[in-house]
Amino acid sequence: MMQDEVATLLEKTASTERMAQSRYSQHIQVCMGTACMALNSEQVKTALEHAVIENGIQKQCQVQRVGCPGLCSLGPMLRVIDKTITSEANEPRETLYQQITPKVAPAIITSLTPAAQPTSALDVHRCEVADTFFKRQVKVVLEHCSHIDPERIEDYIAHGGYRAIQSVLTKWTPQRVIDSITKAGLRGRGGAGYPTGLKWATVAKANSSNGKKYVICNGDEGDPGAYMDRSVMEGDPHRVIEGMMIAAYAIGASQGYVYVRAESPLATKRLRVAIRQAQRAGLLGNNIAGSAFHFDIELRLGAGAFVCGEETALIASIEGGRGQPRPRPPYPAESGLWGCPTLINNVETFANIAPIIDKGWEWYAGIGTAKSKGTKVFALTGQVKTSGLIEVPMGITLREIVFDIAGGIPNNRQFKAVQTGGPSGGCIPEKFLDMPVDYESLAKVGSIMGSGGMIVMDDSTNMIEVARFFMEFCMDESCGKCVPCRVGTVQLHRLLGKFVDKTATPADLIKLEGLCKLVKHTSLCGLGQAAPNPVISTLNYFREEYEQCLKPSP
Amino acid sequence: MSKTLTLNGQMISAREGESILDAAHDAGVSIPTLCHMNGVGDVGACRMCLVELAGSGKLVPACTTKISEGMEVNSDTPQLHEYRRMLVELIFSERNHVCAVCVANGNCELQDLAIYVGMDHVRYDYLYPAESIDVSHPMFGMDHNRCILCTRCVRTCDEIEGAHVWDITARGIKSHTITGLAEPWGEVNTCTNCGKCVMACPTGAIFKLGATVAEMEKDREKLAFLKNARERREWV
Repeated sequence: MMQDEVATLLEKTASTERMAQSRYSQHIQVCMGTACMALNSEQVKTALEHAVIENGIQKQCQVQRVGCPGLCSLGPMLRVIDKTITSEANEPRETLYQQITPKVAPAIITSLTPAAQPTSALDVHRCEVADTFFKRQVKVVLEHCSHIDPERIEDYIAHGGYRAIQSVLTKWTPQRVIDSITKAGLRGRGGAGYPTGLKWATVAKANSSNGKKYVICNGDEGDPGAYMDRSVMEGDPHRVIEGMMIAAYAIGASQGYVYVRAESPLATKRLRVAIRQAQRAGLLGNNIAGSAFHFDIELRLGAGAFVCGEETALIASIEGGRGQPRPRPPYPAESGLWGCPTLINNVETFANIAPIIDKGWEWYAGIGTAKSKGTKVFALTGQVKTSGLIEVPMGITLREIVFDIAGGIPNNRQFKAVQTGGPSGGCIPEKFLDMPVDYESLAKVGSIMGSGGMIVMDDSTNMIEVARFFMEFCMDESCGKCVPCRVGTVQLHRLLGKFVDKTATPADLIKLEGLCKLVKHTSLCGLGQAAPNPVISTLNYFREEYEQCLKPSP
Repeated sequence: MSKTLTLNGQMISAREGESILDAAHDAGVSIPTLCHMNGVGDVGACRMCLVELAGSGKLVPACTTKISEGMEVNSDTPQLHEYRRMLVELIFSERNHVCAVCVANGNCELQDLAIYVGMDHVRYDYLYPAESIDVSHPMFGMDHNRCILCTRCVRTCDEIEGAHVWDITARGIKSHTITGLAEPWGEVNTCTNCGKCVMACPTGAIFKLGATVAEMEKDREKLAFLKNARERREWV
């Protein structure tokens, strides 16, 4: 395929798709993310399709499958775009409906027919919180997520997809790509926040003994309650593929792997479909866009070990070995998959690449704070009125997230703490609510950005039980290789159990602190090193709760 | 090429590409180890040989960290002594290490280490797991009560004997050494009965059948000898 042929292909696909879409005056977009599908959205979609035919409006009304719009606690969600009714700004009317059942679905269709009578049946399903929920959000990673059909490459291309890789391949040098990513200030979204451009530059410069380099997309998302990456893979898989392609071009790799958990069957399926479609379209494979660039992607399914999110363990798992980390250095950038230089980034990091190339690094660097650029996707759960998936600019305060976006704490309860970073993060008390959310600020108060789990707790929460819950998680997920993590987490869990049972002695408190220090400083990998964080942060901010649980002296 | 580094305030020389542990050993400085064994590759799992790097204050395993010019290493700080003792205590709390009735009593690296770090008691709760003993092999036995999961048997069998009879199954505290595909050792037909794993085991976990309390002496250097002799083709 010649270079201009790809441009033509993209243009042709896009215009055909747009034409096909413009034939319809009404679109009904049903969320087919895991959360909504668990709430029956597939039957809702079928009911809608039947109702469309029954009402004879199949020529004007299209029922579409889309990714997650974010309001997961109110699912199944659907959006009606009615081009026959426009606002003052000439925008088609968009209505968001929540908690739609297959029974209610036909009423939505009848309301769209020309002979529709005004009805109040749908009023309870109209999404009231949408305005406040979406107002503070800035969608970069999730920009297409609830607007395109994730299983159709045409829809992605019609929304400007694969334009970035096309221009990179035809006009950009690898160095310019790396420079753009560096200047954009993008940092790894897996949790540690390592500068992405620097990582790419390191792998690009690394020498490979056999000339091979690899790109790995880390989709082994395992924090309890976190599903950002899964939603991206489910809602916009082509975006991830495009990011990987650009990375591969920049560092000189010809093979990529997406490591995704077998527990995310929908994400796996959509990625598989997307990879196949991209291969068929000539966007993956040999001589992409008539250039000398070859790149292909394979899926690797993880068996659900949390530790496989650690890069060296993930690489061991792809190689077919036991998912266990090894000491670094050497870092994967130098010696990774099969001993070759390997670039390993998180799903969300890759999903940020195409817009940076497309809209320019200046645009991206304009979002966020001085040291943390861009946006971050969070899975907001726990004691909030509206939980779900949000994307906010870096630097937004925790208060804005908890009270403005999520609507605050339900049941007239008081806010107590917010836990970020999952089992590797810490609990942040109320006094830090006005702190901006960025890598440095979160680290300063003893938590981490993490991959994006955010659990809000109200005043009925027992912080020791929270710490014990996360310790139990780390204990179960420890790979067992190094002593402090394998045995230390078990002993920490037992000690925390004593506090929960109120049988702990002052000596146990000293032991607890000592063990936290040991496990943090001597464990082999990030899992062990971060395992005591929930305990350390709760000891820091809620020490009186631990002291209240000491056994009364006889 | 040789490099110079500082170890515990003393300048020492070392070969390029050498580990901190080897360099320290050459300089006559002892760093405690447990999962390290001459002759097989290092994994940095027991964390006993952790040393402190000046500047960053980071703790790194001496066995897997390569030396570099001008590196400042400290292996002898009160903090490290405390950590080592805690680690030994954790190992003792994990399984049922009852020296008084152990075949390796008096010949045990874990026991030596406990003395070295000054462990007079274990501060943590003993977990007392219910462990099994496998004596299905005609010559050797495996006592999981004494296993510390150092994987020396795994690496010895894989790297020196080339049979890879041993491996680890499950994860975390449930990790276990297994033979074959988690079969009784006696039924594993890939085992060559060479006995190298017996020599490699630092504790009384793998033993010769018939050995009783304190009788299980091990000759670990023989493994390094075998490997070196093979590499240098001393028998050809």
